[in-house]
Amino acid sequence: MPEKLIFEISSPGRRGVRFPECDVPKRPLEDMIPKRLQRTTPPRLPEVSELDIVRHFTRLSHLNYSVDTNFYPLGSCTMKYNPKVHEDIAGLEGFKKLHPYQPHEQVQGVLRLLYDFSELLKEVCGMPEFSLQPAAGAQGELLGMMITRVYYEKKGEPRRKIIIPDSAHGTNPASAALCGFEVVEIKSNKEGMVDLEVLKKAMSPEVAALMITNPNTLGIFEKEIRAICDILHAAGGLVYCDGANLNALLGRVKPGDMGIDLLHLNLHKTFTTPHGGGGPGAGPLGVSEPLRPFLPIPRVEMQKGTFIFNYNFPDSVGRLKPFYGNIGIIIRAYAYILSLGREGLGRVSEAAVLNANYLKKKLSQHYDIPYPEGCMHEFVLSGRRQKRLGVTTMDIAKRLLDYGFYAPTIYFPLIVEEALMIEPTETESRETLDDFAQALVSIAEEAEKQPELVKGAPHNTPVRRLDEVKAARQLDLRWSFTGDGL
Amino acid sequence: MDFPVDLSYAKTHEWVRQKGDEAIVGITSYAQEQLRDIVFVELPKLGRKVKAKQPCAVIESVKAAYDTYAPVSGEIIRINTELEGSPQLINEDPYGKGWLFIIKMNDPGELKELLSSQAYAVLCKEEHH
Repeated sequence: MPEKLIFEISSPGRRGVRFPECDVPKRPLEDMIPKRLQRTTPPRLPEVSELDIVRHFTRLSHLNYSVDTNFYPLGSCTMKYNPKVHEDIAGLEGFKKLHPYQPHEQVQGVLRLLYDFSELLKEVCGMPEFSLQPAAGAQGELLGMMITRVYYEKKGEPRRKIIIPDSAHGTNPASAALCGFEVVEIKSNKEGMVDLEVLKKAMSPEVAALMITNPNTLGIFEKEIRAICDILHAAGGLVYCDGANLNALLGRVKPGDMGIDLLHLNLHKTFTTPHGGGGPGAGPLGVSEPLRPFLPIPRVEMQKGTFIFNYNFPDSVGRLKPFYGNIGIIIRAYAYILSLGREGLGRVSEAAVLNANYLKKKLSQHYDIPYPEGCMHEFVLSGRRQKRLGVTTMDIAKRLLDYGFYAPTIYFPLIVEEALMIEPTETESRETLDDFAQALVSIAEEAEKQPELVKGAPHNTPVRRLDEVKAARQLDLRWSFTGDGL
Repeated sequence: MDFPVDLSYAKTHEWVRQKGDEAIVGITSYAQEQLRDIVFVELPKLGRKVKAKQPCAVIESVKAAYDTYAPVSGEIIRINTELEGSPQLINEDPYGKGWLFIIKMNDPGELKELLSSQAYAVLCKEEHH
């Protein structure tokens, strides 16, 4: 590691801050903290100067890789650029200083924003109502499954099974299982889509819902989506759509028009709010008419010209999350929709699909493409040709780091051998796409001529290849002070 | 790839070694190779009643988390506790020290529904295409 740990630069007695002499009467510690709760030994903290600590963390920050520094083609994650103006808007005094316990009369502005945002999502997705509460896509899925369960309990027909295609995101079966459902996996057909005959065979009166992603994780649009929904609806079942890939449909197709009953969105994907460490997530859930009564409370409503919280929904699944969702994130997504408008949103999906097809075409001579037809916003390559030369997809991903790119998602979807899943998003220029394609083409050539170069990658990164097996088998998460056995 | 002829195989990549009404279960060399380095195994509780084709253990590797299915119905009467500290046994010796659990079968007749070594090899080849 090019940077030592903060404990390693510690020097006994060194301090960042020196406090002035105490100028108020001192009270014995025992008067304030009972003896039994007091430490007997001082905490082992790193001892460093202010300059030490500033340099340490500044240097660490230079090791960060983010969409602000370089291209980030992580398939399924929609790593698009997050405009800085959204940060300014979310940081406005009126938003920043809100307290969630303020009464509704004092927070009409933000309630209006929540109300309007929900209206916009309804229009974009063609769903009758949204809950903005879920704090992440996976929590949106969980809510969707909770509502599915309660819906059938209320009908007096507790159905137990959820059908999920084998190309699905792993969160889908996890959400279903967490709600007590039994997961039935169905095999995709040769085109990478749901096989209608296999689906029909899997149907029974016990099936509560199908969880589907459209376009699916292979970047292929499920053309038979209407027929799929019809099969479910005819048997009294629901269709849940994982909206992770809405970036391909934005402003073009409404999931509600396809016959979807439940749909979660990932605001940090499609609606360009920061990912992961950049801020909390948001996974609004939209539902069809019969499912509206079960959405969480409170809901923001307008009554006599005032926005209020309505708690009066006796069939609601209750509160999913403290307060009303991750509002700072919703503000950013709201700004995004308003700044693009209806036409702009349509151009987002257009450019996202164009960029993916452009890259796919450029790479098609150099890598195996298991599903060669056109793709939507992302596509999956297979490294099986390179694997025969002894170079795995893992090696290719590591070698991409040497070329200055973040690696695509690898080994997912599970149904593609040696998968590389690439999602360029609409915010990348043609020059960036060309550079990235050139890097992958060069690596394919290296795999043939100098396989050891690829197998030993990365060579130019701050750390070389990490031993992920040892890291997973022998967790070492804490600094051990030498000598004291801690 | 190596698929011993004295074992039965499930389409979901488990093998079964029959000993009277007991079925020793593990995952095949093909499955462990696909998963690559295994780092964690979650085995069923002793005494749990399992049904054929239902998931009953989870294997985590550096590549994926993977459900393992009960190839036959019955009760879990032994689990391989060695795997807790040494999950790599599945990679090193999938048909020996890497066994997962033993099911006391309700109906040893269920074994007939499993694949022979030969039929399983064909299945792997198809999957690999």
